[in-house]
Amino acid sequence: MSDFMRQSLDSAATSAPPWLQDYLRAGRARWESASLPTRKTEQWKYTGLQALQPSYAPAADGAIVLADAGVELPRFGGYRMVFVNGHYSPEHSDAQLPVGVSLVRFANADTSQAARIRSYLGTVVGQDQALFTALNDAALADGVFLDIAPGAVIEQPLHVVWLSGNQAEAFSINQRLLVLCGESSSASLIEHFTGARSEQQSFTNGVTELLLEAGATLCHYRLQLEEAEALHIGRVHARLGADATLNSFHLALGSVLKRVDVVVDHSGQGAHCELNGVYLPRGEEHVDYHTCIEHRVPHCTSSEVFRGIIGDAATAVFNGRIHIHRDAQKTKAELSNRNLLTSTRAEVNTKPELEIYADDVQCAHGATVAQLDEMSLHYLRTRGVARAEAQVMLSFGFINEVIDTVRCEALRDYLRVLLTRRFARDPALVGSVS
Amino acid sequence: MLEIENLHASVDGTDILKGLNLSVKAGEVHAIMGPNGSGKSTLGHVLAGRPGYTVTAGSVNFLGQDLLALETEERARLGLFLAFQYPVEIPGVSNMEFMKAAVDAQREQRGEKPVDAVTFMKSARETCKAVDLDPGFLKRGVNEGFSGGEKKRNELLQMMMLQPRLGILDETDSGLDIDALQVVARGVNSMRSPERAFVMVTHYQRLLDFIEPDFVHVLAGGRIVRSGDKSLALELEARGYAWLEDEVA
Repeated sequence: MSDFMRQSLDSAATSAPPWLQDYLRAGRARWESASLPTRKTEQWKYTGLQALQPSYAPAADGAIVLADAGVELPRFGGYRMVFVNGHYSPEHSDAQLPVGVSLVRFANADTSQAARIRSYLGTVVGQDQALFTALNDAALADGVFLDIAPGAVIEQPLHVVWLSGNQAEAFSINQRLLVLCGESSSASLIEHFTGARSEQQSFTNGVTELLLEAGATLCHYRLQLEEAEALHIGRVHARLGADATLNSFHLALGSVLKRVDVVVDHSGQGAHCELNGVYLPRGEEHVDYHTCIEHRVPHCTSSEVFRGIIGDAATAVFNGRIHIHRDAQKTKAELSNRNLLTSTRAEVNTKPELEIYADDVQCAHGATVAQLDEMSLHYLRTRGVARAEAQVMLSFGFINEVIDTVRCEALRDYLRVLLTRRFARDPALVGSVS
Repeated sequence: MLEIENLHASVDGTDILKGLNLSVKAGEVHAIMGPNGSGKSTLGHVLAGRPGYTVTAGSVNFLGQDLLALETEERARLGLFLAFQYPVEIPGVSNMEFMKAAVDAQREQRGEKPVDAVTFMKSARETCKAVDLDPGFLKRGVNEGFSGGEKKRNELLQMMMLQPRLGILDETDSGLDIDALQVVARGVNSMRSPERAFVMVTHYQRLLDFIEPDFVHVLAGGRIVRSGDKSLALELEARGYAWLEDEVA
């Protein structure tokens, strides 16, 4: 057992509520009987874990003043809940929730809420698969349960912020979000990870479970805006009931190590998922998205588009699996991954992975690694736009197409401004033609 | 305004232009006609500096400058505009953002500040009306999913926003129905002025019914083999190109 594995539980908080203790024990048992993946582990072939430190301190209660830390948290018009270093921050969170929504911290749950959490927690993500989910289960101190009532239509986005503040030593956080979308409900959720200081060393192990009951619609946005020394291993696992719709968007800026697994289970007929994402590592950063779309039942559709710009000596991994089970006839599944390399030292490993056991399905996939299109660049220049500016426009345009799929207008505008600024000042994100 | 002397150019090692001479003065409208493969489109691309189009001999002077020594964007800023036969689709870059960048580049050249967004928006919307294009197209990706006619009108829109000194229209009439052709002709005619010239490359006489040229040239075998006034176009319409090619050969 590695030092990291041995010591990772020591840094976990011990303040979990009593009703969670058996859940933690089960997680601990799984964690202790496992071993860390190596490069020989297929799922971790291109992503090493060397950046994990042998030990992390528990995250201190991060009562920081946002302005002092140079953090400006956007407003998207709806309810906002802020956690600093994994600890709930009432002064930055809104008091009033919209009608039809209950947002409870595990630590605060009353008896009936606790019972509800206990009956759903871990049911989507499962017990057997992911090592880091076992760690999350074992180390869980607090979590968030978002419970959307059946039939509720929540217009404004719910914004959950996970902010890493400053701390003298490297620290770790196990973050957990459990979402239950009741029958025929409709809502938007923004999960927003960000850091106050880029040189802060930290390790976040984030697990999100999304449970969409029949006819529910959820727009889920996961922004991973932590950078540099902030390590993040995350997992989003969604289960869609009949006729449920998940519209999901992921954005990852690079850091020393960033690995996100996204699994979408279509388990009710007529379910639909749209899964899109953008990743932008540069320097020596690393981003790895592993996605898996499970089609278990007939008449479901899925559409997936991921794009990345990889600069300097950064590396990216995209592994997109589509698994169409034997009974999942009439499935329509599409997957596209395109990558723009802006440096000869940049690297991407992209692999679409199709496993199809049903015969009456439509399935399309494609993965490309490219540079900017020469004719597009020429066209812009014939209108007087300087080469350098045209390259910025085309590079930004490459990911802007995916940003366009974000349905929440306030978020889309925020992302455009954030990324436009970034593209304007960071040549590593700007491609060229060969 | 534009003096082309003995221009030779090749594409992928194949010689296309073989000693082309053309002189265009401010205020003039020239039509260049000719059979397929004669080098009509190559001329426009060479003048705009398209990669892969190599000038092997000759010179081009535009407004007193050696055009061939300039980068593509410098040519544009000097006032050269090529309306593409096949405009490029660029998803992810909005038409509006693209045109504002282009207009601001021209302004920068003149030492002016970027136009403010509201003023620009207003003028873009008005120009849309003039070319019969729904302003909704401004928000879409550049030419993304536009029909053939919409792309041509978008080229015209850009030309009207940029107000170039020389407009080169490469087969702007191809693929247009008669209504769209009239919209394009109206736009070009509204821009005719003593300070501005146009070179229209076309395969058919039809366009010249709507935009009346001062000169008509026939391009064959990479050279201009015959020049005349608009009656030459009518003769070509009646007799085709074969007799000219025979004469040249």
